[in-house]
Amino acid sequence: MADKKMILSGDGAIAYGAKACGVTLGAGYPGTPSTEILETLTSIGGAAQWSPNEKVALEVATGVSLGNGRALVTMKHVGLNVAADPLFTLTYMGVNGGLVIVSADDPGMVSSQNEQDNRNYAKFAQMPMLEPSSSQEAYDLTIRAFELSEQFKVPVLLRMTTRVCHSMGPVELWKEPEAFRPAPYRADAPTKVMIPAYARRAHVRLIQVMKDLAAYNESSDLHAVLNAGSSELGILSSGVSVQHVLEAAPEASVLQLKMTWPLPLDAIRKFAGSVKRFAVVEEGSRFLEENLRAAGIAVEGKEDVFECGELSVGRVKQLLAHDNTPPPAGAPGRPPALCPGCPHRKTFELLSELKLTVLGDIGCYTLGVLPPFNAMDASECMGASIGMGLGLRRTLGDSPEARRVVSVIGDSTFLHSGLTGIVDMVYNKPATGHVVLLLDNGTTAMTGLQEHAATGYHLDRTPAVPIKLEDVCRSLGVDHVDIVDPVGDQDGYRALLQERLASNDATVIIVRRPCLMQMKKMAKMANSTEVKK
Amino acid sequence: MSHDITNVLFVGIGGQGIIRASDMLTEAAFRLGFDVKKSELHGMSQRGGSVSSDVRFGKKVLSPMVPLGMTDYLVAVSEDQIEVARPYLNDATVIVRPSDLSADDAKSRMANIAMLGVLNRYLKFPADLWETLIRENFAGPVGEANVLAFRRGANL
Repeated sequence: MADKKMILSGDGAIAYGAKACGVTLGAGYPGTPSTEILETLTSIGGAAQWSPNEKVALEVATGVSLGNGRALVTMKHVGLNVAADPLFTLTYMGVNGGLVIVSADDPGMVSSQNEQDNRNYAKFAQMPMLEPSSSQEAYDLTIRAFELSEQFKVPVLLRMTTRVCHSMGPVELWKEPEAFRPAPYRADAPTKVMIPAYARRAHVRLIQVMKDLAAYNESSDLHAVLNAGSSELGILSSGVSVQHVLEAAPEASVLQLKMTWPLPLDAIRKFAGSVKRFAVVEEGSRFLEENLRAAGIAVEGKEDVFECGELSVGRVKQLLAHDNTPPPAGAPGRPPALCPGCPHRKTFELLSELKLTVLGDIGCYTLGVLPPFNAMDASECMGASIGMGLGLRRTLGDSPEARRVVSVIGDSTFLHSGLTGIVDMVYNKPATGHVVLLLDNGTTAMTGLQEHAATGYHLDRTPAVPIKLEDVCRSLGVDHVDIVDPVGDQDGYRALLQERLASNDATVIIVRRPCLMQMKKMAKMANSTEVKK
Repeated sequence: MSHDITNVLFVGIGGQGIIRASDMLTEAAFRLGFDVKKSELHGMSQRGGSVSSDVRFGKKVLSPMVPLGMTDYLVAVSEDQIEVARPYLNDATVIVRPSDLSADDAKSRMANIAMLGVLNRYLKFPADLWETLIRENFAGPVGEANVLAFRRGANL
């Protein structure tokens, strides 16, 4: 594999980089634009798994690292919110084997509910952060991230964005794959058990490690001046923005940062002093700008409008010119829609017909908000439909409005973070009870048909013991757990839903019908040898 | 700076093979020794939503996205997506559209590959490279059918 050149996406390049480091395990939860990393890792013979959510994935990775193994954890930006609890203590604990966390941010929200800038997590949780600007750099910096993680005993954040994850370009696979074997496990409670007495010491250590990393960054090759020569305009940038800047302002000197936390402040100060006009070009929040200002470095920032959406060559030109006019727009594109024949359609036709108050969740079925259904009142984050429904019912008391409230959640989302909502429904049952529609299409459809704990298969298509959603709900003490086929028995579905809404009971209706795309995929697989025994 | 770069924009709707066709052009340019980058927008659209993909190749490609007004070739597998892409076009942009194909090819599932054939009337990449790539992408008889669709598009 070494010295082979091939076309890869940024996601694919991370997988190849991790494989070259002999990664012990990749763990994550599917989420656009991160999903292809673990799919590629599996396809090239690396060990990888879908965890039920990002928090568990990071905890599993922590265990791999405790055992001196190397771990890769992948998620979309909002996934890091879910994994934030272990993250903020993991940095205190430090790592044994290398641990690299990929955060795939989505500026412009191609497929997300917000465009939070996860660079802020590196500062908040105190860990080094690397930002590739191309597929080649995604490969290089994955390898570098594992090296840094083991050298400084810290987790490393590899911060990606949609345009790096999903862009393709040539990648030189220069690293001879390592036959990595974890060293024998040794317990070390004083550095790994975060009781206050040990955590206080760990925090002091972490602050010193970050200082060491800043010194390392100052003298490393992780920042470089590109197009050196012009002293009129100097631009500091990172990630894919670097590529836009080089094209939008070919006359400028550009300081590219590949390690954007902790910052190489002396190098930046020196660069700023070498040019007449010093500007920062960054997508999303003013992360670099604000931290430079805090360090006393005068810098030209951007107008508010450039905090939203992606940058591009055109927008970088506008940003530098402080031009806030909206770029020319074409005709509106076609919005995504539920597939023709999608079983979710039956549910949203019914919810629309009955004029119910619908708390939605994250999945294809969020599209139930759009015409022709117009059947969703709120959608927040993974698993939130159940809690929101319970809260709304509590507020509406014993009223006819309360009896119209339903929560809608998919099977993969339910296993991700819906279970605790069900616990709350049983424990703090509203006066009118509640109804949860668990839309079970047998796959993680929206991100491209990934397996999960209830599908009966692992990521690598080996068989798994499927978790039975109805058994889980019954065991938690839900009053009624019903199973309906939304396509085969529409009248039964309507009658059952109306009956449960009229009761004061806690109900889960499992609306079970496989995703059409999943059925196509299964049929294809049955014709190939891909299903492993 | 972009003068040495060829910018190809693919547009269509989910399920029409936009990503596949743009992947194949990317691979073809790569095998011919160009620097190449491809960037695509696909998210929630499992089926039916707008999909676009940018392919840029040349001596050295920087941004992975075709800048406004810089498209050399627009491959519109769906006619109604041309206006969506309008800000990226200029007066000299060559538009490859379904009406460039026979009626049968235009509505077939191989329209994307036939349109690569039309595109190649301009790009003039070696036909045998395309045919190798098509066979790598589609096995057996489907591959052969796509090779024929490509040839019809390319007027071969």
